[in-house]
Amino acid sequence: MTSTVGSPPMRAGARGRRQHRRGWIFVGPFAVVFALTFLAPLAYAFGLSLFRDQAFFGGTVFVGLGNYTQALADANFWAAFLRVLLFLAVQVPIMLVLALVAAFAIDSARLHAAGFFRMVIFLPYAVPGVVAVLMWGFIYGDHFGLAADLNHLLGQDAVQPLSDNWILTSIGNIVTWEFVGYNMLIFYSALKVVPPDQIEAAAIDGAGPLRTILSVKLPAIRGAIVVATIFSIIGSFQLFNEPNILRTLAPNVITTYFTPNMYAYNLSFSGQQYNYSATVAIVMGVITAVIAYAVQLRGQRKER
Amino acid sequence: MALYLLYTLIPLAWLVISATKTQPDLLSTPGLSFGGVFALFDNIGQTFTYNNGIFLRWLGNTVLYVVVGAGGATVLATAAGYGLAKYRFRGRRAVFAVVLGAIAVPGTALAVPTFLLFSRLGLTDTPLAVIIPSLISPFGLYLIWVYATDAIPDEMMEAARIDGAGEIRIFLAVTLRQLAPGIVTVALFAVVATWNNYFLPLIMLSDPDWYPLTVGLNQWNAQAIGAAAQPVYHLVITGSVLTIIPLVIAFLFLQRFWQSGLTAGSVKQ
Repeated sequence: MTSTVGSPPMRAGARGRRQHRRGWIFVGPFAVVFALTFLAPLAYAFGLSLFRDQAFFGGTVFVGLGNYTQALADANFWAAFLRVLLFLAVQVPIMLVLALVAAFAIDSARLHAAGFFRMVIFLPYAVPGVVAVLMWGFIYGDHFGLAADLNHLLGQDAVQPLSDNWILTSIGNIVTWEFVGYNMLIFYSALKVVPPDQIEAAAIDGAGPLRTILSVKLPAIRGAIVVATIFSIIGSFQLFNEPNILRTLAPNVITTYFTPNMYAYNLSFSGQQYNYSATVAIVMGVITAVIAYAVQLRGQRKER
Repeated sequence: MALYLLYTLIPLAWLVISATKTQPDLLSTPGLSFGGVFALFDNIGQTFTYNNGIFLRWLGNTVLYVVVGAGGATVLATAAGYGLAKYRFRGRRAVFAVVLGAIAVPGTALAVPTFLLFSRLGLTDTPLAVIIPSLISPFGLYLIWVYATDAIPDEMMEAARIDGAGEIRIFLAVTLRQLAPGIVTVALFAVVATWNNYFLPLIMLSDPDWYPLTVGLNQWNAQAIGAAAQPVYHLVITGSVLTIIPLVIAFLFLQRFWQSGLTAGSVKQ
């Protein structure tokens, strides 16, 4: 305000300033709420992570990076981290390949009633995660689930989805069931905008359907694949709902530090260790961001 | 493909069939066949009346969180995405970088600290604790930003300015209609995210009166375990079916809009 009173700015400057204000009219409200829900908690978490509760004397003391060195040496944390890493390495490729195959199949239009298929495969995404887990939990269960029916049929306990050896696979199955449709939709909508003349050109050059997919369509939707991969990686690192809800059914198999997110949650809400919990959350956030960024860089390099 | 269809549908079929069974039938009959008694309507009635009709209360809470949270998220993301796409202003690049960064680091790093901060502010255990974080959809902003870049020609805005329209007026009268498919897409995904949200309300709320359906259903499920176990599996299952239905209907009805919104959104990836 004072600057406009002082020296009359040049026309271009005034115009630029007006543009400046105009833009913020629209972006401002978002930015304010964003600051409150993202930036402030982030700053607060960082602040918390520098202190430690004194169990017996009360109050907190400044420990600098002490919590971070503790986290990096914490066997529970690393066990949880390696578990989601293993989960991610197996589940994400399976899910994305299934989604790609479904998207290509529907896009190739050979399939009758493509719209129907698209909708059905997408359906699980509309099912709340909690409901999906409850449902699969029942199905896995040995009381009255399909697993129990199957065992009954086979006459032995062959299928035990909630046992130690199978639990990660069982969780992977739920996550795959929930999100194949969502990823399929991302791929499908990217396929929709592949220029038709490219596909025609490939056909004229004598490329069969498979060849067209591999040399034309797949490269064309690389951007979508990178985005879906990043979202899936972030999702895996944040794994919480599925194991946490299944815990009621398998409390001895799923520990309170089964995944990093569960660990952070239980540190806060069962252990009252807020400072350490914030540290674990930040460490996981940094790891997730670095990996997501690396995937994005790699994806971009390939695109050139 | 047909195999995949079965994989998708069998669990859902199991759920719907189970919703028609009484609790004893659930335990004694095979999963994919109907029970001796068709108890669907009885189950629905019980779901709504059990525990003084708390299910209805949870449904109301969910609707409240969805209307205010997802509705607000759509408004904020639409305005901000449009602002970022169509105005050159100082700080624009910074906003964009920070928001894209936020897509990469949500949930894990934020949920617990947000709880701690909100608890300092006295917001926990109130509806605001669920609504405020739901108001931000970085993905929605991104989608609208891409969409507005394509769908709103600068010439159109200039023409409106020459006619004497203010910026807000241009946004309301000219832009919104052009953005409609993008907005429907963002709204639908925000609704799903809020309707299905579990982690956030789980940590923010301790009073069952403010629970959304997701947290409430899991509480019903969990009460089957422990010393004072009171299994109400048939209600959990029926409640689950009732929780899914509104979303499926929304997706089916708005199918054409949101799918075209997504398609346009992926052009520029």
